[in-house]
Amino acid sequence: MTAVTTPAAPTPVEQIDRRNPNDRLRHRILGRNPLGLLFSAPYLVFVVAVFASPVIYAVWIAFHDFFFAAPGADVSYPFVGFANFVYAFSNAQVIQSFGNVGVFLLINVPLTVVLSLLLAAALNRVIHLRVFLRISFYVPYITASVALVGVWLFLFGGDGLVNNLLGPLAPNPSWLVNQSLAMPVIAVYVTWKQLGFYILLYLAALQNVPRELYEQASTDGAGAVRQFWSVTVPGVRPATLLVLLVSTVTGANLFTEPYLLTGGGPNGASNTPVYLMYQLGVEQGLPDVASAIGIVLVIGVLIIAWLQNRFAGGRD
Amino acid sequence: MTIQQAQEAAPAEGARTTSRPAGRRSKGWTRTQSVLRGVVLGIGAVAFLFPFYYMVIGSLQKKPNQTLSGLIPDPSNLTLDNFGAVNSRISLLSGLLNSGLFTGGVLLCTLVFGVLVGYALAVLEWRGRGVTFAIVLLVQVIPFQLLQIPLYVLVARNYGLADNVLGMILPFAINSTAVILFRQYFLQVPRELFEAARIDGARELRLLWSVAIPLVRPALVTGVLLTFIGPWNEFLWPFLITKQADRQPLAVSLANYITSVASSTANPFGAVTAGALVLAVPVVVLFIVFQRYFVSSDLGSGVKG
Repeated sequence: MTAVTTPAAPTPVEQIDRRNPNDRLRHRILGRNPLGLLFSAPYLVFVVAVFASPVIYAVWIAFHDFFFAAPGADVSYPFVGFANFVYAFSNAQVIQSFGNVGVFLLINVPLTVVLSLLLAAALNRVIHLRVFLRISFYVPYITASVALVGVWLFLFGGDGLVNNLLGPLAPNPSWLVNQSLAMPVIAVYVTWKQLGFYILLYLAALQNVPRELYEQASTDGAGAVRQFWSVTVPGVRPATLLVLLVSTVTGANLFTEPYLLTGGGPNGASNTPVYLMYQLGVEQGLPDVASAIGIVLVIGVLIIAWLQNRFAGGRD
Repeated sequence: MTIQQAQEAAPAEGARTTSRPAGRRSKGWTRTQSVLRGVVLGIGAVAFLFPFYYMVIGSLQKKPNQTLSGLIPDPSNLTLDNFGAVNSRISLLSGLLNSGLFTGGVLLCTLVFGVLVGYALAVLEWRGRGVTFAIVLLVQVIPFQLLQIPLYVLVARNYGLADNVLGMILPFAINSTAVILFRQYFLQVPRELFEAARIDGARELRLLWSVAIPLVRPALVTGVLLTFIGPWNEFLWPFLITKQADRQPLAVSLANYITSVASSTANPFGAVTAGALVLAVPVVVLFIVFQRYFVSSDLGSGVKG
């Protein structure tokens, strides 16, 4: 992808600059096409309103005794240092929810990378039914999680299809109300739902692996498995890094699935930080504590992303 | 291992294996391989599609049958009543309408303002272009967890946009991935086209409208598809700011039905899957019809930048 390289626009500079000194000054300050700034203005305003200022506001809220007040009421929010963080992390539920996300990521991320690469590599060599297979792979990704959770809820319910199939082998208590199975089921569900997106990413990356490498490896006697390991896997490494990063960020955002599938239970076994942020921040009126949890979560994600970049990104 | 390293490593590996009769082994092996590939892809397709089949079957069952025999449609157990049952508790039509307004607003903003900024980033030369492009990339990695509480405070409390479609649209208004996609496509338009039009004295907006946009029409379709699934499927944000039932998009009202109403109804399985089907069908149909615009290379470039 040559996207990042900025193209040189061969505008005839002399023609414009010859007009009058005012124009020349304007061009020097704003560039040749100041209209560009005007065209981008709505987007920049949007970014400031929806991303930049809320991020700053989030940090401010986390360090102050913040509460919901009636609109227009004149209230003061005293600075409290790290009190919100201390309050949040002396709560066992909060610690547990971070552990739950850890379990989720340990199942979801490796499963996602392995399955999406395998399926993409297989799909890449297929000639028949290509369109059908591609659509069927990404259909869960484009469908609302609320709709799909509705189905999984019954598939994995106490007297659901899965338990009916397993018969005496069905876990007791059942999947979604089982302390040690609730989070793994959610992790498998999210892997299944998101896989199509990562398959598309890998398919794009596979187009960039030079064919000659396979031919060369083949004439050198490398079998399919060997080719996969020494040509495909290193060839798609940038995509693998992207899959790792995106699936980690998505996993840390987990809310809808535990909210609908398990209600965070049983006994908080599938509660997540974002779910707790909703409960504490919106339901219990403690936005300052919720904000503190959000900041710790984001710092955690940044550390994991940095480690992934460090160890999976390579030196190129 | 980089590609270069792989290139170097491959011959060394080959040296050890060339003594074997590679030709005969590989013929049988290729066959096994393609069978294996077919099996893997087949299992994948079944795993991905089965819950959709189950959704359809479930929504049509008069009496819920969650055993294995329930997978085969039984003519004596078919009904459309489940759609009525879920519709009597949450209005499917108003849910669809709210989802449509939410999604439509986001699409409109993304198409208008996203195309403008994409064009400015690709074609025009102005001070701040580099910084703006960096911002577009950066915005994609800001996690929503961090924004959730302050946005809720700002939009619902300070701006008073709770239960308002504008409040729903605001955080999603311009899809940054679509902006990158538009920029990518404008970059591919030959520069001479713009220069020729400029010498004719055409104004920039006209240039954009009558020269650039017709050339990147496929990108617009891809951008619409990519943007559509965001708001249509979004749950957390509209769930936070809409409390009035008649203002909720379908994803939110269906979720409320699942968590608080379904268990007290006669056939929760049928009602929930019926609601799920109504929520899922518009997107699935859209993606099947326009599937050729949702190809890997576009998406890859959109995400990778």
